[in-house]
Amino acid sequence: MIDRRLVTNFDWTLLGIVMTISLLGVMNIYSASASYTVVGAPYYIKQMNWLAFGLIITIVICSVDYHLLEDVAYWFYVGLLILLLLVLVVGKKSLGATRWLDLGVFTIQPSELMKIGIILAFARFFNNYHALGGLSVRDMLYPLVLLGAPTLLIMKQPDLGTSVLVVLIASSMSLFIGMRWSTLVSFVLVTVPLTWVGWNHFLKPYQKNRVLDFLNPERSRLGSGYHIIQSKIAVGSGGFWGKGFVKGTQAQLRFLPEQHTDFAFSVYAEEWGFLGTLVLIALYISLILWGLTIARRCNDRFGALLAVGVTAMLFWHTVINIGMVIGLFPVVGVPLPFFSYGGTSMISFMVGIGILQNISMRKFMF
Amino acid sequence: MIKEQRYVRETAQPKRQTIPLAIGAIVIFCLLILRLWYLQILSVDQYRALSENNRLRFLPVAASRGAIMDRNGVVMVSNQPSYSLTLIPQEVKDAGAMMDHLAALLGLDRNDMEERWQKARGRARYYPVVIAIGLSQDQVEIVEENHLRLPGVEVAVKPTREYRFQQSAAHLLGYIGEISEKELSSEGYAEYDPGDYVGKNGIEKAWEQELHGVDGGRQLEVDSRGRVLRVLSETYPAAGNSLVLTIDQRLQEAAERAFGDQAGAAVVMDVNTGEILAFVSSPTFDPALFAGKIPTDIWEKYLKDKRHPLQDKALSGQYPPGSTFKMITALAGLDAGLVNESTTVNCNGTYELGSSKFRCWNRHGHGVVNLRRSLKESCDVYFYQLGERMGIDRLAAMCSQFKLGEPMGVGLPGEKRGLIPTSAWKLKRFGKHWLPGDTPPAAIGQGYVLMTPIQLVSMVSTVANEGTVYRPHLVKRVVDADGKVLREFSPEILGRVAVSHANFMKVKEGLYAVVNDSGGTGAAARLGDLKVAGKTGTSQVVKMGVDRKRQLPYEYKDHALFTAFAPFDKPEVAVAVVVEHGGGGGAAAAPIAGKILRVWADLKKPVPQPVHPANTKLDEPGPAAVIPEQQTEPVPAEDKSQ
Repeated sequence: MIDRRLVTNFDWTLLGIVMTISLLGVMNIYSASASYTVVGAPYYIKQMNWLAFGLIITIVICSVDYHLLEDVAYWFYVGLLILLLLVLVVGKKSLGATRWLDLGVFTIQPSELMKIGIILAFARFFNNYHALGGLSVRDMLYPLVLLGAPTLLIMKQPDLGTSVLVVLIASSMSLFIGMRWSTLVSFVLVTVPLTWVGWNHFLKPYQKNRVLDFLNPERSRLGSGYHIIQSKIAVGSGGFWGKGFVKGTQAQLRFLPEQHTDFAFSVYAEEWGFLGTLVLIALYISLILWGLTIARRCNDRFGALLAVGVTAMLFWHTVINIGMVIGLFPVVGVPLPFFSYGGTSMISFMVGIGILQNISMRKFMF
Repeated sequence: MIKEQRYVRETAQPKRQTIPLAIGAIVIFCLLILRLWYLQILSVDQYRALSENNRLRFLPVAASRGAIMDRNGVVMVSNQPSYSLTLIPQEVKDAGAMMDHLAALLGLDRNDMEERWQKARGRARYYPVVIAIGLSQDQVEIVEENHLRLPGVEVAVKPTREYRFQQSAAHLLGYIGEISEKELSSEGYAEYDPGDYVGKNGIEKAWEQELHGVDGGRQLEVDSRGRVLRVLSETYPAAGNSLVLTIDQRLQEAAERAFGDQAGAAVVMDVNTGEILAFVSSPTFDPALFAGKIPTDIWEKYLKDKRHPLQDKALSGQYPPGSTFKMITALAGLDAGLVNESTTVNCNGTYELGSSKFRCWNRHGHGVVNLRRSLKESCDVYFYQLGERMGIDRLAAMCSQFKLGEPMGVGLPGEKRGLIPTSAWKLKRFGKHWLPGDTPPAAIGQGYVLMTPIQLVSMVSTVANEGTVYRPHLVKRVVDADGKVLREFSPEILGRVAVSHANFMKVKEGLYAVVNDSGGTGAAARLGDLKVAGKTGTSQVVKMGVDRKRQLPYEYKDHALFTAFAPFDKPEVAVAVVVEHGGGGGAAAAPIAGKILRVWADLKKPVPQPVHPANTKLDEPGPAAVIPEQQTEPVPAEDKSQ
C-alpha cells in the first residue's frame, strides 16, 4: 500500500524542526515543574508519551493520500458544526465555559477540532473557486458564511481565544488565495467602525466586562495584571545569557501562573535568556517558512491550501502565545505548539504536521 | 457564481502568494524579537532587581458592600470595619512556628488558623492568607506594636455588616458569612477568594451580585523588611450598589412588636403594586452573629427553640389556609353560577356525604345561611356543599388564576410553592383517585391545601383589587454608591382573575361583614375610622376528633390565620397574619392584623418624619397609593437635617 517513493520522499527537515522544538519543550517542562509535587508520572515524562503518541498519529495520517480529505472536507466540517451545536445544548461545563462534549468513552473539545475543520472547508471551497485578480467582496460571501457559523458557536461557549484563531486561520488562507485591495480595505472599513460603535454604544458595562473576561480570565480576580507582571519579570530578568537550567528564580519559586503550560515560554526565557529565545524563535520561523515552502512546491491547489492553513494554525498559536507572555497581547489560553505541556494540543498540532508531511511526501506524485 | 470562473484544477496555483505571507510572518516574528530585546537586554537591570532583591506584595482592598435601605431611605444595613489577620506565605519562613507564636500572643484558636492556612495552599505565594477573622481592637494593637518582629504578618480591614435595627427583618435581610468551599468552587463565585464575605441568605444572598462591588488592590514592591518601596499598580475597589427596599421600617417594627413572643409570620403588601411593606417571621434572630463564629450556646438556643427562629416562615412556611380560603371557594362558586347572594343552605352542624360526616366548627349549626353570613360566621357546611357541587378541579382552576400552588417569585432564596390539589395531582402523587370525600375539606382550605403567608397576602390582595395578581416584590430600586438610580422596579402583573366586579363585590362585602358586623369572626380587627375587611382562618395541626376543648400542648394547637385588606371602599393595603399554634384565627391573628393596620393608617397621616441626615438624597416619597400625603405635603427640608 505504501509506495516506496513515499519513504524516500519523507520530509526529514519538517520532522527535524518539530522534534527539536518538542525536545526543547520537554526539557523546559522538566525545569518548569521541578518545584511541583506531582502524583504519578512527572509532567516531562507524560509530555514525552504524548510526543510519541503524536508521532504515531503523524505516521498514520501521512500514509493516507491527502486527496481523500477533499472528499470528506465538508462532511467533517458539517459534523463538527453539529457537535458544536450539541456542546451548547448538552456540553460539559467547566470554569464558566461549555467546551467539552462527553461521548461516553472519552470527552472531546469540538472547538479544538474546528481549527482543522475550517482549514479543510476553506481548502475545499477555494480549490473549486477561482477569482481572477484576487477575491472581491462578493467572492467572500460564501467563505464568510463558512467561517461565521463556527465562529459564532465557539464564541457562544464562550471561547474567544479559539474563535479568534479560527478567524485568523481562515483570513490567512484567503490572503493566500489573494484578495483585491478593495476587498481588504472594505473589510477594515466595515469591521473597525462596527467594533468601535458596538463597543461604545451597544454593549452594556457588564457585557464589556464579560468580553474582557474572555480575553483575560484573570482580569477580574484580585491582583489582576499580576501574571503579566510576573511573566515580564521572568523574561526580563533572564537577560542575554539566562539564569541557567532549573535556576530561574521566578519559575522555581512558582511566581509564574500555568508555568508548564501557557507560560512555558517565560520559564524558558528566564533560564536561557535572549540567546535561547532567539534560537527558539528561529526554530519557529524555520517551521513556518518550511510549511510555506511545502505549500509552494505542492502541485495541486487543494494541497497548497491545506499546507497554508496548517502553517497558519501553527504560526498564530506561536505568535499569540509568545505575545501574551511578554505582555503584547491580553492573556488568552493559547498553547505554544510542541512546547507547552498538554496532550490535546500536542495531538492536534501533530495532526497538522501529519497533513504537512503528507503533502510534502507527495509533491512529485503527479 | 462569478463570471471569471474557469476550470483550471491543476494549473492555477497561487504560488506567488507564499512570498508575501512569508514576509508577513517574518515581520511579526521580528516584532516579538524586538520586544524580547527590550525586555531582556534593555530592561534587564530593572527586572533582575525585581526578581532578586525585592519582593512584590499584593494588598487586597475589599470593596465596600452596598447598603440596604427601606422605602423612605432609612438605612437598615450598613458597614463597619472588621479586622482580620493575614500571613503572606513568601515572607514567612516557618508558617507553623509563626502561627504558634500568634496564637499565644493574641489568644487565638490555633486549629482554626491551621485550617484556614491549609485551605489556601497552592495559591500564589505573594498573596496574603487570612488566618483569623474578627480581631478585636486590642488584638490589632498588639499586632501593630510587634509589627517588626512579625515579618509577613499583616492586619487586613474588611467591611462587615451593621444591622441598624438589630434583629428586625432578619429573615428578609439575611446575613453574610465567610465564603464556603462549596461556594468557592461553584461557578457564580469565580471571582471570590477564601476569606471573602458573601451573602448567605435573604436579600444579602439574592442580591449578592449588586451588593458586593468589585474588590481592588495594590501591587506593591517592598524591601526585605516589608517596607513599601513603590506602588507598581493599583486597582481601586468599586463599592457595591445599594438597595432601596419596598419595606417601611416603621411598619416592619410595629408588626414585629405586634407578635410579641408568638411564632408566626405576617406580610403587608400594597394592593395596587405588589410592593411588600412589611415582612415578618417571628421569632427572629441576630443576623450579625453569622458573620463570625456563632457562639455555641446561642446556636443551640436557636436550634432547640420549638418556635424555629431561623426558619423564614413568611417565605417557606406552608400552612393549610383554613377558612381564609373560603373567599376563593365563594368566588369560584359565584363565577360558575352555582350560587348567588341569596342562595341559602341550612347548617345543622354536620354535612353528610355518603357515609362520611363533615363537621362545622359550630356543632350546634348556624341555621339558614346565605353567602354573606356564611363568610361572616365562617360556616363550614355552606362551603362543604358548595365545594362538593363544584368539584376539586374547578376550584383548582380558580386557584390557578390566583397563581396559587406555585412560587410567587418574590426573589428570595427558599421560597416554597404551597399546594393546590387536583384529581390529576392525587393520582400522580399517591396513585389513588380523587374521592368525593376529599373535596369538602379542600373547599374550606384544609386537607391537602397548603399556602405560604406570601400567597395568603397575594390572595387577599387580588380579591381587594378585583382580579390583578401582582408579583410580590421587595426591592424598589438599585442605586449606586453616589445615590444615582441604576434600576427601578415597577409593578409586575403575574395574571388576572376573570371574575366580574359584581361577584367580587359579593365576596368583599362578606369579608367586610366578618370584621364589622355583629357576630363576625374577625371583630378583633375592627378599627373604627379605617374600614377593614378580612377573613379569619383556623387550620388544624392534628386531625379532627381530638378533643379541642382540652388544653392542647403547644405543637398540637391550631394555627391562627387572618387575611385582610383596607380601606374597604378603595383598597390600598393587604395583610396576612399566621400565628403558629395560636389557636383561633379571630382571637389570635385578627388582633395582630388590627394593630398592624392601625400603625399603617397612622403612618399615612401627614406627620413630618425625621429622616436620617446621611440619606437625604435617597429619601423620596413613596408611591401615591401608599403614602399619598407625603407626596402632596413633602417633608420640609429643615426637618431632614435634624
